Amino acid sequence: MAEASSHGLGGLKYDPAKRTRAPEWNVFFALVGIVLVFELLNRLQGGSFLFNMRDNVDAIFNQQRLDIMILQVAIIGIIALGVTQVIIIGGIDLSSGSVVGVTAMVTMSFAQTAMVNGNPNPKAIFGEWAMDLPVIVPIVIGLACGLIAGLINGLLVAYTKIPPFIATLGVMVSARGAAKWWSNGQPVSFPTESYGQLANGDLLGSVTFGLLSWDGQNPAVIFVVLAILFHVIMTYTLYGKRCYAIGSNEAAARMSGINVDRHKVLVYVIAGLLAAVAAVLLTSKNLTAQAGMGVMYELDAIAMAVIGGVSLAGGRGSIIGTVLGAAIFSVIISGFTSVKLDAYYQEMVKGAIIVGAVVLDQWRQRRSARS
Amino acid sequence: MSDIVLETRGLTKRYGGVHALEDADFVLRKGEHVAVVGDNGAGKSTFVRQVTAVEQRTAGEIIFDGQPVHFAGPLDARQAGIETVFQTLALADDLDVPSNLFLGREIFKWKLGPFSWLDRKTMRDRTLEALKTTAVKIPNVDNPIRNMSGGQRQCVSIARTAAFASKLVIMDEPTAALGVQETAQVENIIRGLKDRGVPLILISHNLRQVFDLVDRIVVFRRGRIVANLRRDQTDGNDIVSYITGVKGGAENAA
Ligand SMILES: Nc1ncnc2c1ncn2[C@@H]1O[C@H](COP(=O)(O)OP(=O)(O)OP(=O)(O)O)[C@@H](O)[C@H]1O
Ligand SMILES: [Mg+2]
Repeated sequence: MAEASSHGLGGLKYDPAKRTRAPEWNVFFALVGIVLVFELLNRLQGGSFLFNMRDNVDAIFNQQRLDIMILQVAIIGIIALGVTQVIIIGGIDLSSGSVVGVTAMVTMSFAQTAMVNGNPNPKAIFGEWAMDLPVIVPIVIGLACGLIAGLINGLLVAYTKIPPFIATLGVMVSARGAAKWWSNGQPVSFPTESYGQLANGDLLGSVTFGLLSWDGQNPAVIFVVLAILFHVIMTYTLYGKRCYAIGSNEAAARMSGINVDRHKVLVYVIAGLLAAVAAVLLTSKNLTAQAGMGVMYELDAIAMAVIGGVSLAGGRGSIIGTVLGAAIFSVIISGFTSVKLDAYYQEMVKGAIIVGAVVLDQWRQRRSARS
Repeated sequence: MSDIVLETRGLTKRYGGVHALEDADFVLRKGEHVAVVGDNGAGKSTFVRQVTAVEQRTAGEIIFDGQPVHFAGPLDARQAGIETVFQTLALADDLDVPSNLFLGREIFKWKLGPFSWLDRKTMRDRTLEALKTTAVKIPNVDNPIRNMSGGQRQCVSIARTAAFASKLVIMDEPTAALGVQETAQVENIIRGLKDRGVPLILISHNLRQVFDLVDRIVVFRRGRIVANLRRDQTDGNDIVSYITGVKGGAENAA
């Protein structure tokens, strides 16, 4: 009794050992560990993974591999930022890959240039009026696409009360259809120079870390800026508080006067906007749009979030976790490439990662329920 | 001005064919503490859910603070001054204590719609203050309440209610999950409310507690109010016979 009452009148016991270390640290350590494992595997095969040491002395890092990974993390990572918020409110968004596809097609159609090497643009979608528009036009149109898709997701989830899995699955299929219908499956190509600069340009100018130079850095810079922005929003503003409250206990959130339905719509809209940002960067990077763009990105994005500790049960996870999860995801994928597994193995490994991440999530949930 | 805080006239709630609450006439006066007792399924929580507008009533009138009210939802009721501890805990497990205390009534540094900046320090300070006045001690309020014991969580919920209490407090089985000491603590909070003159509706299966704390006891049976007795004019056996239906017709306290 004496021991218990030392904690207060009511004898409430509290175990300070249960104070949890920020779970992001575990994800970070996992990232470091996985990098080291692949570095080791590559060394055993006589090559190198991320760190060059012997033959390739012009850089500390394996620039080519790093560039590919950063691009992958950045573009799918931007989607994952939105998916993270959706999962935290207890939802899921399967539509993001298809939203990338349809947004890519529509956006690119307003980003085309009239003359290609002195000839009229062979892939022109619209007439003269839609050629060589200021770069802001396709950007705004792209964001509008994402906004509409997100709005449809959000309204379906919030007001029809069908499970988010089904609602966004429907949008996933329809949006992919719309992407194919847009130009009868034909690619849309040859954007203006300034549109191409969106993803291939360098906001930070020419950056070198010692011997490593970093070009085409925009997607990564935009990803980092968005990640910081949403980290701040999720941590310090009412928006974030509501997300966690809804994912944690929707009934309690409702009872506390939170307009849960409206908030859900807002979260899905933000996720749609982020998917649109990814679509703009992707088409700018590739200087073309195809109806098949973004296929399976939704699963990659979900995997990034879940690897980063975002719980599919809702209420738990963070933007920082997802950023680290994105890094782990990309390291694993290119890790397997680096040890020369062929593409089919890669897909199988990817599937295993996704399932593995969810198993890990279930396990974490059970463990925290027990404690 | 009348001294009636809350009055219901013919309050009725049906769930399809289930008559969960029939024709309830109920009165609560200023500073008064009233217990609502009855068997499982008697309609006690249903009564609370109608008064707090968690659900919309099928029929009847609710007069609060001298005005007939039609709250659109629990937030309306809360803004009107009704603080409630619901039977199913209305807490968000993944949030810490201050976030739970201030859920839905956050304090801001600056406002910008949903992106308003939270004043976390002020909320934390006020939380510690609230916990102090209610004698609830929780060593680390910054942890998610998921890691806390059932009793601690319940205390957070009750501290929230007591801290924001203004015109009326309703507690639906606040001590059901609590140990002996935690129960004593909650009872102290309730006595504190009495001293502050805050009226209370207490739903409880614990007759010892009811007789210790309240001025008046209302018995529900099968969705109806079957008795309304002053504490000093009744006893445990009497109440039990109303709860079980041995005694039936409605009797009214003065
Ligand atoms: N949403 C609902 N739909 C259908 N029936 C309901 C619903 N909510 C409550 N009921 C029924 O209404 C009746 C009264 O329930 P209520 O929760 O008010 O009981 P109670 O007096 O609070 O009981 P307890 O002491 O167990 O908490 C019960 O028969 C219950 O099954
Ligand atoms: Mg009940």
